[in-house]
Amino acid sequence: MTTTLKHTRYVIGENLITFAAFALFLALALMAILGPAIAPYSPLTTNSAIALQSPSLAHWFGTDQLGRDVLSRVMVATRLDLGIAVLAVALSFVVGSFLGTCAGYFGGWTDRIISRCIDTLMAFPLFVLAMGLVAALGNSIENIIYATAMINLPLYTRVIRSEVLVRRSAGFVEAARLTGNGDWRIMAYHLFPNVLPVMMVHVSLNMGWAILNAAGLSFIGLGVQPPTAEWGIMVAEGATYIVSGEWWLALFPGAVLMLAVFCFNLLGDGLRDLIDPRMRT
Amino acid sequence: MAKPSTSQIVTQRILAALPSVIGVVIVTFLLTRALPGDPAAFFAGPAATAAAIEEVRRNLGLDKSLLEQFFLYVGDLFRGDLGVSLITGQTVVYDLMTRLPASLELTLAGLVLAIALAVPLGVLAATRPNSWIDHGIRLLATAGVSLPTFFTGLFLIYLLYYRLGVVPAPLGRLNILYSAPPQITGFYLVDSLLSGNLGLFGAAAAQLFLPAVTLGLFALAPLTRVTRASMLGMLSSDFIRTARASGLPPRQVLFGYAFRNALLPIVTTLGIVFSFLLGANILVEKVFAWPGIGSYAVEALVASDYAPIQGFILTMALLYVVLNLLIDLLYVVIDPRAGVES
Repeated sequence: MTTTLKHTRYVIGENLITFAAFALFLALALMAILGPAIAPYSPLTTNSAIALQSPSLAHWFGTDQLGRDVLSRVMVATRLDLGIAVLAVALSFVVGSFLGTCAGYFGGWTDRIISRCIDTLMAFPLFVLAMGLVAALGNSIENIIYATAMINLPLYTRVIRSEVLVRRSAGFVEAARLTGNGDWRIMAYHLFPNVLPVMMVHVSLNMGWAILNAAGLSFIGLGVQPPTAEWGIMVAEGATYIVSGEWWLALFPGAVLMLAVFCFNLLGDGLRDLIDPRMRT
Repeated sequence: MAKPSTSQIVTQRILAALPSVIGVVIVTFLLTRALPGDPAAFFAGPAATAAAIEEVRRNLGLDKSLLEQFFLYVGDLFRGDLGVSLITGQTVVYDLMTRLPASLELTLAGLVLAIALAVPLGVLAATRPNSWIDHGIRLLATAGVSLPTFFTGLFLIYLLYYRLGVVPAPLGRLNILYSAPPQITGFYLVDSLLSGNLGLFGAAAAQLFLPAVTLGLFALAPLTRVTRASMLGMLSSDFIRTARASGLPPRQVLFGYAFRNALLPIVTTLGIVFSFLLGANILVEKVFAWPGIGSYAVEALVASDYAPIQGFILTMALLYVVLNLLIDLLYVVIDPRAGVES
């Protein structure tokens, strides 16, 4: 345990960027929890008297076309954006872990069927598939979550399958089997925990991609509907005003969105260095 | 084992792509038929009357069993019938075909820009590992993949169009002062050159510049990372050491020996890069009012016009399968060893 801690300290010392990313992650998490409570204004109250004001002391991020405070909307949106991404990633992680472990452990037909289904999903450009799923399932936030989970499924299933495959006949698995553990027990308590550290790297990198994906979907008008505060839709609403010079409407939600994605990507890189330095590219 | 000829390998690769095509057709079919909601109501549009919905139901054969419907659907596909768009009033195939060149031109321009930038950066980083150049490039690449394409696009518009005025208004493929070149390939850049109209070429290039840069930035990260990693691997391998020890000039070692071999993983990554690009394409087209199939699908989504969306998803998926096949074939061309092991 102490060696892990030492290694962690070494990696953080070596890589200040990862540390900064971790701090940023904490700030985002805090914003997601406290956002609605600490936002200076209501994210939904309109006031046409102060519409389209540029950033000022009273409104740090300015106001939008309906006089709503952009800063408050950005803060409140954190919970929704991160929530969608967390739920989607958790869903694909759980389902992908199950499918991947089964495919890797049992092999044979189980593997063939699961792999074939996953290959079919991979035959689509992923964002296009997500778009099609939401269009077919119906335009709601739940369906954005399902669609984002669906397009991330191949990643988890494939990685876990290959990680389980190489460990399937390892000594510790044989030992577990000889001492009378059943297949499911071996998978859940012996194989899966060994795969977990590698998966954490993917989860972190994937979180950024999930946020980006969900925001992209709402940017083209799927899922979250106005007047709900969400980064993608705020950028979409602000897009109309950017050619007339009102840059703050789109810039701030876009910049925060970018920061969030950047944070998870850097965190994933840092975790990778921590868990397996050889994986670094 | 006798070495299979190139044509054998090519045939084998094409056959290997068939299951993907079948899978894509099944999924696209299921997306519309087996999911909750009434597909007939979807296809008839939001303003349809009950009688109109019934008629659509009969026309599409939705009153038949799922299996029968599937064969009807496949039959329609073979006849090139994807239905009619409610917004444009044209057949979906016609709409997609007229708009596809615009999307392809944009995607390819983005890809070329990304490769032109990513490969030198990756090589630069690999020749100076752990220097500040390496770290800087790594940070830049991570930033590139973190940028929401729609946001980058808007930001670039604000900066380069609104503030500096160095690029034309982000409204489609050509300034309204120009008319489109005679249709040969459908790529304005190529067509304008073929018809010898340099002014038109300049205008088309100016319109294409920003959207292509926006797309390219997004594809930069995976390409840079793979180039760096694969060059690093090559540079530390035995044959490079031998080449260096034999006194070959550094330039020849770097490009003739290391880079040629490092190309293979880069080509493999192109598959995932295309998945990114085709997705990002939709967003970029919306931001720049680019008249491609992406903005067509977004318009259809907003109007709940279902046939174009289905046609679009099928087209994109088939396009992606074909691109992956081309990458596979390119692999065979670059690496004589590919295809032999199986």
